[in-house]
Amino acid sequence: MGAVLVITSGKGGVGKTTTTANLGVGLAMLGEKVVLIDADIGLRNLDVVMGLENRIVYDLVDVVEGSCRPKQALIRDKRYDTLFLLPAAQTRDKNAVTPEQMKKLCAELKEEYDYVLVDCPAGIEQGFRNAIAGADRALIVTTPEVSAVRDADRIIGLLEAADLGDPKLIINRLRPEMVKRGDMMDIEDILEILAIDLIGVIPDDEKIIISTNRGEPVVANDNGSLSGQAYRDIVRRVRGESVPFLQLNKNSSIFSRLKKIMGLSG
Amino acid sequence: MNLRALLNALAGKQDSKDIAKERLRLVLVHDRASVSPEFMEQIKEEIIKVISKYMEIDTANTVINLHKTESMAVLEANLAIKAIRRPG
Repeated sequence: MGAVLVITSGKGGVGKTTTTANLGVGLAMLGEKVVLIDADIGLRNLDVVMGLENRIVYDLVDVVEGSCRPKQALIRDKRYDTLFLLPAAQTRDKNAVTPEQMKKLCAELKEEYDYVLVDCPAGIEQGFRNAIAGADRALIVTTPEVSAVRDADRIIGLLEAADLGDPKLIINRLRPEMVKRGDMMDIEDILEILAIDLIGVIPDDEKIIISTNRGEPVVANDNGSLSGQAYRDIVRRVRGESVPFLQLNKNSSIFSRLKKIMGLSG
Repeated sequence: MNLRALLNALAGKQDSKDIAKERLRLVLVHDRASVSPEFMEQIKEEIIKVISKYMEIDTANTVINLHKTESMAVLEANLAIKAIRRPG
């Protein structure tokens, strides 16, 4: 029996879709059987981030309405044959799916796959409720900005109310040089405010934009990028491994702070 | 306090990240309280319970509010006292 993880954030544009794509590819690279569900009905994007936009025949709404079997709608990834995408419908709205339908679909998929990752739309309305309905665990993506952290806090409260406690935090687009100048909240500041566990920190990286241009998630690129490494580390943590955090800025105190947070310091 | 923070303090400046953190802290006090009305009700009940050891409170005329000023969040409690219990 697999696990269903929802990737959520509240605020839009913080990197949920990019994170979903990279974690999916990363898990498949380790041989896991993975399905990615794009729950952002009407504004689908996981397909383009994965580079699979030309292969869509059926979508999530077709599946829940019974127009096709789940297997028919799943698109196999270009490079990893244990990785599949269930795209969102583009011409429908969030109400085309109900939380009960999502719950049933997720339960069905996790019978056969090791991981089902649900890319949640921004917001806290129907799309959010659909995305979290079938989830066993939640990953919250935020960036080191007041608005993103505030929305993350709201999401944590809503997840708790929905009995999805103990979500894990991904801090995206951290800029170590700005942290060093005192012009960006650091990891410790954000963890202190949100009071949840950290599962990863992704440095701001041009390589993410470049790889997204190509439709090839950065996690698979062996180009020595820090962001790719950070995603590979999160993948291992998702699987339950204990992985030390990346040193994002040499000679800074971030690493020692992280060690302290993780209880690794001697 | 690190060197940068010390220099900033001497110059009367504040790191923008500290401003961000402070603003977040304030806004979240409000957000979190407004997420659940039960939360305020729970605080109210417990305050009344504690004060009742010393005074008789008119619970119907008790109001508890959380509000925000420029620099801090304030919990305001107005408790109507019916009688004060004799000490000892």
